[in-house]
Amino acid sequence: MNIILCVKQVPDVTEADIRIKKDGKDIEKEDLEMVINEWDNYAVEEAVRIKEKYGGKITVITLGDEESEDVLRRALAMGADEAIRIDEEGFEGSDPRGIALGLYHVIKDLPFDLILTGAQSADMGWAQVGVLLAGMLNIPYATLAVQIEIKDKKVIVKRELESNTFENVELPIPSLITIQSGINEPRYVSVLGIRRVRKLKIEEKFLDDLEIPPDKVGEKGSIIESMKLMPPPEGKGAEIIEGSIEEVCERLAQIIKEKGGL
Amino acid sequence: MILVLAEHRRGELRDVTFEMLSLAERISKESPMEIASLLLGGERGFIDKLKDFCDRIIFVDSPELKNYSPEPYLEAIKKAIDATSPKLIMISHSSFGMDLAPFLSEKLSLPLITDCVDVSLKEGRLATLRQIYGGKIFSEIRLKPYERYLVTVRPGTFEPEIREKRSASVMEIPFQAGTYKRRFLEYIEEKIEDIDISSADIIVSIGRGIGKPENIPIVQEFADEIGAVLACSRPVADKGWLPKSRQVGISGKTVKPKIYLALGISGSFQHQVGMKNSKTIIAVNKDPKAPIFNIAHYGVVADMFQVIPVLKEKLKK
Repeated sequence: MNIILCVKQVPDVTEADIRIKKDGKDIEKEDLEMVINEWDNYAVEEAVRIKEKYGGKITVITLGDEESEDVLRRALAMGADEAIRIDEEGFEGSDPRGIALGLYHVIKDLPFDLILTGAQSADMGWAQVGVLLAGMLNIPYATLAVQIEIKDKKVIVKRELESNTFENVELPIPSLITIQSGINEPRYVSVLGIRRVRKLKIEEKFLDDLEIPPDKVGEKGSIIESMKLMPPPEGKGAEIIEGSIEEVCERLAQIIKEKGGL
Repeated sequence: MILVLAEHRRGELRDVTFEMLSLAERISKESPMEIASLLLGGERGFIDKLKDFCDRIIFVDSPELKNYSPEPYLEAIKKAIDATSPKLIMISHSSFGMDLAPFLSEKLSLPLITDCVDVSLKEGRLATLRQIYGGKIFSEIRLKPYERYLVTVRPGTFEPEIREKRSASVMEIPFQAGTYKRRFLEYIEEKIEDIDISSADIIVSIGRGIGKPENIPIVQEFADEIGAVLACSRPVADKGWLPKSRQVGISGKTVKPKIYLALGISGSFQHQVGMKNSKTIIAVNKDPKAPIFNIAHYGVVADMFQVIPVLKEKLKK
């Protein structure tokens, strides 16, 4: 079972105070730690588990700057075999289709049985690239997988729907699956583990090598004319209870007793 | 024309259909145009439910369309687009629309913006509002000019109500099913492994802020003390620290307790959908910008582990 794995590096904003750049087009990323996109981390683990069970080779691909090699090394440390980085130069300002095109032009020449991607990313959250890529490659797909079973050249994918409901769908091989968080428990990656794969070569691809018309990617190829970032509008919002922990808890206890009928 | 793709599953039209039709009404106020519902498969009874909400209903019926699958849906939607030539197509940003919309975008060359919390059309140009970085930032997007646009709309964002009653005419389009590579097999409903959190009066709910599984007994003890049940947001269930049946949110449970005490929960929209109708929402979070504070009634900016022991004492009295 040869697997191609698409991953992405994102800034970790779970506890960060995000500031918007003056031009309103992006956030200030200098002080933010760059990490593997959470959904992609589950996808890496799932790929490694499939390989451990059925054998084969995992090729991990990212589209990003040099720093994004970190997520490739991390995937190699978890069990991927080969890594490709598509340099982001020329892709800046791409919409999801521009990114999918970059991946497509590398993947179309590679042999594979399955492609795994995260269902969405923690930064822009488009949830598009995986399915666009499947469409370009003309292969069947399923999104939001929380379980994957391989049986007689068929893949049974359990998709997460709403309200505690799921569905099973069947895909032939080759196909593409996007991974929902919680599908597995990703293994721990130690510093030593990453050091061990430090010398593995990462193949690099550049826009010029890919035969993509340059006006199909970047801002030129994007459907978006302008994007302006802003802080969330101030809603009614919560009444913020201030004071010492003692005072705050006194008030909270009052509210809970009164509203909860304790 | 604005074409709204009705969403249904297991014999029920989903609320988000009416939410999108209400948004379509608002857009048509600014840019006058017809509103149509596209019903693929489903039951004929759905037509009556949709009639007041739109000017036209396009119905494509086939056993292949009863349960969603992308390939027959693509073929049916292509027929509907050819027949009606809509300016804007709306699909829900649900497990259904997330699966379908990018496929349509690629195969029918439709410019797509996903997960919109607002949509407008001015002089034929689409503008949308999205949330990025887990809801911490909003992004206002203007698109280049195109003949036709496709959007997915975030469920739970618009009220499923309209101002002016309409009366739709019905148009049926015949459908000949082909052969498809992906096959729907079955629906599965997860059994509730332990308690049913949706019937609790007081819920103490934990999120990413719990930090590690070793901390859960601290909160469990607190919940037991005040007669509350313990629930969680997605990251806690994803890590397997609490069973999936304790997860509040769009893919888990919807709850409406008297008190919802959110501890260390940032409050993604997926979580909010599951708890925003709680009578009193109290949020404790270290991050003053956590989106949970936008929908909570009371907020405390603090470390949950400093609050829990003191609050427990106060409630004992």
